[in-house]
Amino acid sequence: MNQPLEVLEQATRHRYHVPARADLLPDEEPVRLLSPDGTLTQDERYPLDLDDHDLQQLYRYMVLGRRLDDESIKLQRQGQLAVYTSCLGQEGAQVGSAYALRRDDWIFPSYREHAVARVRDVDPVRLLHHSRGTWVSAHDPREWRFASQAVSIGTQIIQAAGLATAAQFAEDDIVVMTYFGDGATSEGVTHEGMNWASVFQAPIVFFCQNNGWAISVPVSRQLAAPTIAHRGIAYGMPGIRVDGNDVLASYAVSRVAVDRARSGGGPTLIEALTYRMEAHSTADDPTRYRGGDELAFWSAQDPLERYQLFLSARGLLDDAFVAEVAQESADMCARVRSEIYDAPHGDPAELFEHVYEGVPAHLAAQRAQLQGEIAAARGDAS
Amino acid sequence: MVQALNRALSDEMEADPDVIVLGEDVGTLGGVFRVTDQLQAKFGPHRCFDTPLAEVSIIGASIGFAIYGRRPVPEIQFDGFAHTAFEQIVSQLAKYRNKTRGTVAVPVTVRVPYGGGIGGIELHGESPESYWIHTPGLRVVTPGTTSDAYWLLRESIRCNDPVIFLEPKRRYYLREDVEFPFTGAPLDKAVVRAEGTDVTLLAYGPLVRTAMEAAAAGPADGLSIEVVDLRSLSPLDDETILTSVRKTGRCVVAHEAQRTLGVGAEIAARVSEAAFDVLQAPVLRATGFDTPYPPARIEQYWLPDAERILDRATQAMEY
Ligand SMILES: Cc1ncc(C[n+]2csc(CCOP(=O)(O)OP(=O)(O)O)c2C)c(N)n1
Repeated sequence: MNQPLEVLEQATRHRYHVPARADLLPDEEPVRLLSPDGTLTQDERYPLDLDDHDLQQLYRYMVLGRRLDDESIKLQRQGQLAVYTSCLGQEGAQVGSAYALRRDDWIFPSYREHAVARVRDVDPVRLLHHSRGTWVSAHDPREWRFASQAVSIGTQIIQAAGLATAAQFAEDDIVVMTYFGDGATSEGVTHEGMNWASVFQAPIVFFCQNNGWAISVPVSRQLAAPTIAHRGIAYGMPGIRVDGNDVLASYAVSRVAVDRARSGGGPTLIEALTYRMEAHSTADDPTRYRGGDELAFWSAQDPLERYQLFLSARGLLDDAFVAEVAQESADMCARVRSEIYDAPHGDPAELFEHVYEGVPAHLAAQRAQLQGEIAAARGDAS
Repeated sequence: MVQALNRALSDEMEADPDVIVLGEDVGTLGGVFRVTDQLQAKFGPHRCFDTPLAEVSIIGASIGFAIYGRRPVPEIQFDGFAHTAFEQIVSQLAKYRNKTRGTVAVPVTVRVPYGGGIGGIELHGESPESYWIHTPGLRVVTPGTTSDAYWLLRESIRCNDPVIFLEPKRRYYLREDVEFPFTGAPLDKAVVRAEGTDVTLLAYGPLVRTAMEAAAAGPADGLSIEVVDLRSLSPLDDETILTSVRKTGRCVVAHEAQRTLGVGAEIAARVSEAAFDVLQAPVLRATGFDTPYPPARIEQYWLPDAERILDRATQAMEY
């Protein structure tokens, strides 16, 4: 067991001699390609590889997301949804990042990624059944590669990291993108997920939408690091800050992170600076914690308006195209409304079928009890 | 028992390339109890691997592997540290099938060495089964014998539901002459280990052996004890339990876990609901006390032994 000193020193060197990894640190200035007046500035680190069709698609998904959001809030006000968590104002971050993915890549969302879901084209009716309370996940996560919406903050992050590692071990070249908010960065599971992914160099992108608030708690209560993106260096992964209200910048940085993940370069933490223009949820009253000035400031940064200025200047937003997208949105909302409004709930006895693979005896007995109660209530009613 | 568990993992990994083993120290070291010994050497670092020291990750990542299509067998190193992963176990793992309306099963088998009697330091002697039994969607399984350790672990891994597989660590070194491989009773069946006519004694995991000692000592006190090894704590095999109680008319439940809301409480309720007519005594419990698990030097006062179990049986007879 007597090893020469140099060998021992070599073996333990990594514990004591830490290479400087300043390259992992985010720039102070978030990456921005589109200024609020719609002017495009290229950034050679984050090249844009989008053709006119792609550029129009980004607009289309943002509009679909916004219109669906509006419809969903109305449905909630009419008592059709239990609660709804709006993504108004965050469409740039969501559509840009999701557009950088392939259809076979996996998405692990929180509960606010409605515009991401438009890009993946997950059936909006099925997703809204989550809000309506028909069934928790009325969509098949595997069909859309869009995991069950996570309500417990941050829990999806480690699951996403696990799936990414499984894919990596299988030499499957898919990438996983997981979404979460600024509040979620305080949860232990977020740390564990980022640490796990870095240790295994798993193909995953951590996409944090820093929308300033976790319900009523400002981001200053969540961390004392200079920025969320700075946390990347502690895990040995690059952190990037991006203007989340700039759909092109959100796309471009995500594209670089997705490509890095796919080519074996490991995970990236992206912090998209954005703002939720609506209340936290339909049950929230934001006037108790935020002022009108803030809203006015961010209204001037609206991701969709900014992008429209850009597209118009490019000649990609003619009346016919705008009308076509408006029509598609209206049709989608009409279908959502007709299928959600007063949608019947399923047979409550079905609940017992999905607890285990089969129905164990004690659950069969409890199911029979419930069926008896329902039948008796029906008898009483008639 | 350690070798039987190791053999079960190895056989199942051999039979199904989707089975993977992960956890703290399970790779090079082969686990602190050596249950995963040689698995990495045999199946490679993608089938058996060390994770960061993080229980939330071990379970959460296992869920991700399962969604991808794998059949993970994560190890939690000791009972007391499973609490760290409580959220991922009870709110995520247990519910994934249900919340996705049956479309996504997560066949994860969480192995947890549990129970006291090894003279360990704090948090190395816990019996946390009730937390998981209380959680719909989880199966909770625990072997009381070496051959069952092999068979139940294989069955648990093959099962499409998440299973909390509790290994009675103070019985890790129990020896039994067995020829591998072999088959056993179904996963969710209780088994009668000793026939008797006066009292039904229900036990599981580490106390199966203790219950057998009590049954052997019974005749000296004029007691004929029937021992039923529960094996599956969730779901419970009501049929086997009730058949035995209907035969003896008396029922004692033994477990290490604290008494309040333990398995004994649930069985007492079920037996009195379904067999009140034959009961000649209340259902009685021989359990640990409703205190924190004690320091090692006094654990023998806390753990139910054959004496405590026999006292309950006698009490049932004297009603
Ligand atoms: C583990 C957990 N704790 C608390 C809550 C209640 N809760 C729901 S949303 C929320 C704020 C989340 O903020 P953030 O992560 O910034 O995401 P955002 O809602 O802004 O998108 C809280 C505290 C929860 N859902 N899960």
